[in-house]
Amino acid sequence: MTEVSVKQKKSFSQWLHSRQGQRAVIIFAFSIIPLLLLFVFTYLPFGEMVGFSFYKMKYAGKRVFVGLANYKAVFSRDDIVGALKLSLYYMVGSVVQIALALYLATILSLKVKGANAFKGVMFFPYLINGIAIGFIFKFFFTRGFVFDSVLQWCGFQLDNLPYWLKDQSVNNWSLVGTSVWRYFGQNMILFIGAIMSVDDTLYEAADIDGANKVQQFFHIILPSIRTIVTLNVILSITGALSAFEAPYVITGGANGTGTYFVVMNSIAHTSQKVGLASAMAVVLLLIIFACTILQKLFFKYVFRNADDEDGSREPKQRSGKKKLLGRN
Amino acid sequence: MKRRKQYSPKKVIITILKYLSLLFVAFCAILPLVSCVVTAFKTEEEYNSTSVMTMPSNWLNFSNFIEAFQKANMGRAFLNSLVILIFVLAGSIIIGTQLAYVLNRFKLPGNGLIRNLFTFAALLPGIAMQVAVYQIMTDLHFVNTMYGYIIMMMGTDVMSIYIFIQYFENLPVSLDESAIIDGASYFTIYRKILLPLLKPAIVTSAILKAVGVYNEYYCANLYLQDRTKLGTVATSLLSFTGPMGSKYNMICAGVIVSMLPALIVFLVCQKQIYNGIAAGAVKG
Repeated sequence: MTEVSVKQKKSFSQWLHSRQGQRAVIIFAFSIIPLLLLFVFTYLPFGEMVGFSFYKMKYAGKRVFVGLANYKAVFSRDDIVGALKLSLYYMVGSVVQIALALYLATILSLKVKGANAFKGVMFFPYLINGIAIGFIFKFFFTRGFVFDSVLQWCGFQLDNLPYWLKDQSVNNWSLVGTSVWRYFGQNMILFIGAIMSVDDTLYEAADIDGANKVQQFFHIILPSIRTIVTLNVILSITGALSAFEAPYVITGGANGTGTYFVVMNSIAHTSQKVGLASAMAVVLLLIIFACTILQKLFFKYVFRNADDEDGSREPKQRSGKKKLLGRN
Repeated sequence: MKRRKQYSPKKVIITILKYLSLLFVAFCAILPLVSCVVTAFKTEEEYNSTSVMTMPSNWLNFSNFIEAFQKANMGRAFLNSLVILIFVLAGSIIIGTQLAYVLNRFKLPGNGLIRNLFTFAALLPGIAMQVAVYQIMTDLHFVNTMYGYIIMMMGTDVMSIYIFIQYFENLPVSLDESAIIDGASYFTIYRKILLPLLKPAIVTSAILKAVGVYNEYYCANLYLQDRTKLGTVATSLLSFTGPMGSKYNMICAGVIVSMLPALIVFLVCQKQIYNGIAAGAVKG
């Protein structure tokens, strides 16, 4: 250790064998591959994509510079604008999904018989591959098959039921339902994790004070996990805009179910309008960044007087602090 | 006194409603899968003549499974998926832990930037990027090769790096320091001292990554186009589209075969999977 600091001027190979040299070597060797992969498969294509968006081009052949024409097309083509509107369905779905997940997470983190079995059954759909889900739900929604049978048990007449994947008044809801089915369990586990990190003594104290479960939910659980809930609400906006899997694997975007990415996918790979598809991607990225920045600002604003959100702090103290700030 | 209070009629009703709601959601969650299992055991005649929700007459009728396995070339697909999994997991764990080691143990000025680069990368939706990635894959001659797909998938993600860094933070630096005094190189410290201690974090991130890689179909479909040779389990299911598209007894069998590995991993590693998901909560 000491010889390094005593003599500074050494040959390169000596430097390489010194601690400092080793340090430099290990830093280089350990970070070069992940950074290279990150560059080649994320940032390089990102840069290229931005470039593509100003050209009229296919994968092969000549490229013609068209300026902002692709961007104008994004906002004027009916299929693209219509696809953007579809994301509203998915936003509604996400809100339902988060509410459902929150309800289940709260129940399941209190004493419930068979909690593990319930958790397992509700979470498992998250682990199924997209194509399998596509087949399962094509089957599920086929006329007279699973969903219709269950509704018939409940007293519905088959003749009154719509074609779940064809009828344009319901098919987007069917797809949104599929998406909720797939992801609510994952959200639920996320929320359970957050609820579990709440200090147990808070519940005990609340019990002694005679607070009921509903009061406990609104005064202990919700305040301690609001960061993660808000985060998920915001994520659901970007998630809704980039909804892809359900329509892609179940309907292929037919009958008015083509979301933004499904339309982009077919423009990119079927019609090979690479420039237009790139412009679509860039537009969506800009929207996502805007949402992310808003989210950061939102958190800065909401938690401007709290360093962390671990729930270990006494709620009284926290609300007291807030009141003080509110007066300023 | 307190105990009697728990059995008030209001509480009983609330408890009943609570369990009913749980049972209802669980029913909705499991119905699509159960109907799939039921159908997979039906013979052609049964499938055509009975309602989808009627139980099959013979629960040991595995003919659909065998047919699906052969039609979708699933033997080959399982082998391919296994090879992909082994290499991607090994690669991403090695580079992920190494990067986390550097980021956590050497306080460099660029650390924050590197972390931000990975966080930002997670914001870019993968499907949108494939338009440009496809060109790069073509230029590198990676399209239609197993190694190309493996290398592309190997890149580490912000989630794993985050899990590793968090774990490194709990390993005291005095471990490293005493090893340095004993003359150990940095690589030895990483390999012999820290890596073994990192095992729980590795298991958590590996399981999540494994499920993700096993289920990945979009890029597999795009870059492993020769499906007879390079099909993965997820993409092999695509053989059921087209002329076989309505033989649901066979398709359901294929679907079930494809999700068996995920089910087994889930049953064995439930706890680690939940931990991995919850780690995302901490990150938020």
